[in-house]
Amino acid sequence: MKLDFRKSLAAAAVMAGLALAAAPAFAARTAEEPTGPAKGVRPVSGEFTFEGPRGQFDRGQLQRGYKVYKEVCSACHSMSLVHFRDLGAPGGPFYDPKYKNPNDNPVVKALAADVQVADIDTTTGDPIKRKGTPADAFPSPFPNAIAAAASNGGATPPDQSTLAKAREGGARYIYSLLMGYREPPAGLKVGPGQHYNPWFPGDVGSYWTGKGPVPKGGFIAMAPPLADNRVTYDDHTKATVAQEAADVAAFLEWASDPHAEQRKQTGWAVMLYLAILAALTYASYRAIWKNVSH
Amino acid sequence: MAEEVVNAHAGGDEHSRRDFIHIAAGAAAVGGAALAAWPLIDQMSPAADTLALASIEFDLSKVTEGQQVVVKFRGKPLFVRYRTPKEIAEAKAADHADLKDPEPDSARVKAGHEQYLILIGSCTHLGCVPTFGAGEYGGWFCPCHGSQYDTSGRIRKGPAPKNLVVPDYTYLSATKVKVG
Amino acid sequence: MSDHESTYVPKTGIERWLDERLPIIRFGVDYATIPTPRNLNYWWTFGGILALCLVIQIVTGIVLAMHYTASADHAFDSVERIMRDVNWGWAIRYVHANGASMFFLAVYIHMARGLYYGSYKAPREMIWLLGCVIFLLMMMTAFMGYVLPWGQMSFHGAVVITNLLGAIPVVGPGILTWIQGGFAVDEPTLKRFFSLHYLLPFVIFGVVFLHLWALHQSSQNNPVGVLIPKERRKQDTLPFHPYFTVKDGFALVLFLMLFSVFVFFMPNALGHADNYIPANPLQTPPHIVPEWYLLPFYAMLRGIPDKFGGVVVMFASIGLLFALPWLDTSKVRSMRFRPAMRWFFIILLVVYFFLGWCGAHLPDEPVIPGVDGPDLFDGNLNSYLWLTRFLTAYYFGYFLVITPWMGLRETPLPVPEYVSSPVLSHDEKNG
Repeated sequence: MKLDFRKSLAAAAVMAGLALAAAPAFAARTAEEPTGPAKGVRPVSGEFTFEGPRGQFDRGQLQRGYKVYKEVCSACHSMSLVHFRDLGAPGGPFYDPKYKNPNDNPVVKALAADVQVADIDTTTGDPIKRKGTPADAFPSPFPNAIAAAASNGGATPPDQSTLAKAREGGARYIYSLLMGYREPPAGLKVGPGQHYNPWFPGDVGSYWTGKGPVPKGGFIAMAPPLADNRVTYDDHTKATVAQEAADVAAFLEWASDPHAEQRKQTGWAVMLYLAILAALTYASYRAIWKNVSH
Repeated sequence: MAEEVVNAHAGGDEHSRRDFIHIAAGAAAVGGAALAAWPLIDQMSPAADTLALASIEFDLSKVTEGQQVVVKFRGKPLFVRYRTPKEIAEAKAADHADLKDPEPDSARVKAGHEQYLILIGSCTHLGCVPTFGAGEYGGWFCPCHGSQYDTSGRIRKGPAPKNLVVPDYTYLSATKVKVG
Repeated sequence: MSDHESTYVPKTGIERWLDERLPIIRFGVDYATIPTPRNLNYWWTFGGILALCLVIQIVTGIVLAMHYTASADHAFDSVERIMRDVNWGWAIRYVHANGASMFFLAVYIHMARGLYYGSYKAPREMIWLLGCVIFLLMMMTAFMGYVLPWGQMSFHGAVVITNLLGAIPVVGPGILTWIQGGFAVDEPTLKRFFSLHYLLPFVIFGVVFLHLWALHQSSQNNPVGVLIPKERRKQDTLPFHPYFTVKDGFALVLFLMLFSVFVFFMPNALGHADNYIPANPLQTPPHIVPEWYLLPFYAMLRGIPDKFGGVVVMFASIGLLFALPWLDTSKVRSMRFRPAMRWFFIILLVVYFFLGWCGAHLPDEPVIPGVDGPDLFDGNLNSYLWLTRFLTAYYFGYFLVITPWMGLRETPLPVPEYVSSPVLSHDEKNG
């Protein structure tokens, strides 16, 4: 029997696959502590609705998440790439089909008008504060990164515009981190202004004097930001820590990938088209190659 | 030549069915390519941030009588002129003059706000910015090719074919307009 | 085929007029009807797939450049603006970013096909050499393109890769400063990378043209690997159109389906999350890795204890490909008839895959966690460092030892005289 190139490649893939399959089996032995952001922890009601190729955002959740962001996160974190108009754009938390132009959406206008935006007076040239418009980006809590670091014990709170896609695990990581604050295990020395969180990436080896292996996780400068009833939801959802964490994680996922729904919908149409084209091309191929020995 | 080879193998009865398959596959491929081209074309249309700035709100109390304030609107100058009663009278009187682009003054301002004339400050000839308060008609004078506009922004003399454009705008309050 | 006679007959007066002055239609028709070995399998469709990949990258790239700002202060935000505000910007940018991965996937398969069926051997050395040039240009283009979004991985990847040049004795530091346009990767580096990233694909396009010219001069290889004499052309070849246009087209659609899965359903799966953090020259990400397609070379670089030695080995690993046509001593092209060599080839593929695997891990990480292997020289035997070294040794051994030696020592299976000999058709039924 003669091997073909295809079989050679298949053999190579099988050999590689076997070795890969064996690797986690070895790794699993040390997995008592959390090993990664996504394992084992689920948001309050199972998976996020936006996960998977057909997932869509839950508008109510996004609206609640915006409230958590606005009232909790935005005190320290900037989100400078997101604009008020994005909230009313298709796929956004406050999208209303009545207002094709998100600038006309009254909810968006009201939210924008809530904030004061730095501007220059058009006649005098003086720096002024004016009411926000839908075209404005979310205001930053600090004028620059140095000021942000100085006010937060030297650690700059990261901008949240791309946070969910800038972290392995995305929304699940954010949810896990927010839910992950706990008392440090005995023997772990936590410095002032630091908080132990098993989900935060880091190496606490040099602060560990306890028995057994070094605990997973790291020290994060952010104090636990959420508490029960930290916000009051407009839709009367009970504001537990888990609920707030899941909602804000979903909102941050949307903020970092606002066209995700459009992308997936387009994707299904493209896949359907390609499947039909593949069938037609294959039929054409069979017709042309019929009666040709090769 | 290629078809000859294909058809050499094809039986007569199957001819039309096979041709149909090839045509369908080819048409589907061409159609798909055309659809795929759309995003590449549409990306050049104004982006969401550009559209967001496309309407502006302006506080008319910043303009004093007889003056003009220029703000940027959609990348072009927007003239906001507070006309004196004399200028309004001149504009109305000229309604029946021999206009190149006939339009009454009343159609160029909002009723009850005749003193405020809001125009796109772009000459309808080739897009230069006309100069305020120059020319024979008390309106604007375009330095590029000498077009002259009256106190209603209508073309009176020179190569420009149309009156200065009045953008869409509405009064939000007595002193506040939303343009665009 | 060089002696393929033109079959084009201009029909109308305008066609005759044009044909005498610029025989462009004749050129197109002759290429479309070129006699092509009838036994080409689906591995031969990747040439056409690669042509489309190049076109997709150039078209989407030109469009992205209309919105991108090549400046350290604005590059990151301008890419995000493309993704958020530009009409279809997210689709175009995801196609371009994943397109690079798809391009490399296809080129690796294309190269593996060439290795397996001996497509680099006489008289086709020039096709292979030009292909190697294209591969090098692709790696340079991809690297510089990855720098443009100016995320953390972009920036620190650029730092690490440009610093390789600094390892060259005597002139290295001078070259490094020259390439970076300063004493570190910064604004000037980004601007020149953008300029070159825009230029190089057109250079690739030109070399692709030469690659095709050489291909049609020395005729296509085929799975059996025998040359097709002129008198056998009628039996053993088919005109390229419609037989292979439709076959390539079908494979292309399947490839586009894979492409679309990445673009629309997992657009960031092949990238690194850290690249969505704006570049910060004051803080290096904990784990610098290049894109997946460069990982094997990155592994070889780190496997060598000496900095300059690592650079030499990495470039030598690609340089070997250029020498391959003269390292191979076998008279038989296709590994179909070289059963022993085939196994060495399969191991090479596995080795290459695991070199990439090593490149994604820290060198001192244990391969098998929890097992404390013996130390050897500068590292633990149970570490990615030593695994990388063994794999690198095999990679070099394959080209420098196994290929020349096997060609002299092995006994190949009987090779059919012609592409469509009876022996072959039996084999085809099984395959």
